[in-house]
Amino acid sequence: MTAKDLNKISRENLWFNNPIFIQILGICSTLAVTNLLTNTLIMTLGVTFVAAFSNLTIAFMKDWIPRKVRMIVQVLIISFYVIIVDILLRAFLPEISKNLGPYVGLIITNCILMGRAEAFAQSNPPFPAFWDGLTSGIGYMWVLMTIAFVRELLGFGTLFGFPVTPSWFPQWTIMVMAPSAFFLVAILLWIAKNRMTGGKA
Amino acid sequence: MSPQIAPLSLFFASIFTSNILLANFLGMCSFISISKDYTSSNGLGLAVTVVLTITGVVNWAVLHYILYPLGLYYLRFIVFIIVIAAVVQILEMVIDRLSPALYMTLGIFLPLITVNCAILGAVLFIEIRNYTLGQSAIFSLGSGLGWWLAIASLAAIRKKVDKAPVPAGLKGPGITLITIGFMAMAFIGFSGMLQVQ
Repeated sequence: MTAKDLNKISRENLWFNNPIFIQILGICSTLAVTNLLTNTLIMTLGVTFVAAFSNLTIAFMKDWIPRKVRMIVQVLIISFYVIIVDILLRAFLPEISKNLGPYVGLIITNCILMGRAEAFAQSNPPFPAFWDGLTSGIGYMWVLMTIAFVRELLGFGTLFGFPVTPSWFPQWTIMVMAPSAFFLVAILLWIAKNRMTGGKA
Repeated sequence: MSPQIAPLSLFFASIFTSNILLANFLGMCSFISISKDYTSSNGLGLAVTVVLTITGVVNWAVLHYILYPLGLYYLRFIVFIIVIAAVVQILEMVIDRLSPALYMTLGIFLPLITVNCAILGAVLFIEIRNYTLGQSAIFSLGSGLGWWLAIASLAAIRKKVDKAPVPAGLKGPGITLITIGFMAMAFIGFSGMLQVQ
């Protein structure tokens, strides 16, 4: 595996094959917290950490896992890392851990993790698998951070909790509520598709 | 939290205002891909409702009678996932034995359900909100029905949308997400009547 291959993996995961744009995968566990940037950042960092290390572990262990039970083994490896994230958050960021509520645990069922484990880590050496998990996580992070940026700015008039909009600026209640997240994902998806195909899809 | 909720309002809130899919974004992955087809949507909706109701109650019992007394609370994610996988497996065998016809319609969906976020999500909500056994049963049944209602209505709407002139870049998942957004607005519109946190 050369630097060129790694470069290709990053480009695929960050843009051309971005898990959200192409596959609409894995938005379940994080979309719910995208009304605040801080929560989104912590959640997506957690997903990136779990994706990178579970891919690494699965790539190391793939020869010892019987094919028939590989799914359940993958889920167990993923849950192991999610438990680590949960314990770290409880210990160092108790406030945020409380705000995120059930969504940290839901990283386990994030489809990106199982998807990357099946599609990449099962058939590749450990280091590229780690890189693939890391870049998938970052590709996921930037899209959700964009959504959170719009939602927090228009919904609360703040960024990372600091007020930025002038006081006469109306706060859009819809941005705080669930439907806006669906609309924003759809709009981003539209823009991304048009850019990728040069507008003639 | 608030263990004092009237059962009926908990039931309706979990179907409409706190719909597990439209308000909490859980179970999206299979939601978008399966809702292309109305019959499969119905099958998956039924399967999710059944599995969610059973696992909600079983996981409540596991949490209160095994994990808390033994001090193994920090292992709950792994235990919940294993319980869900086991329930799905057992259910698959039982249905296969009792009713081959039902197995034909539900069978293919059951393996998908283990990693459906809605199931684990409902279980985690039950844990965090400290529901009693009865409330857990009502909440998980309501959440399952809410998910079923959402996917069946989306599948019906998508049939019409397929015929509409949609901008090229929005075709497929894009317009589906916008449809889901409008559905979410409609469901949340009930929240003035009931609200369960």
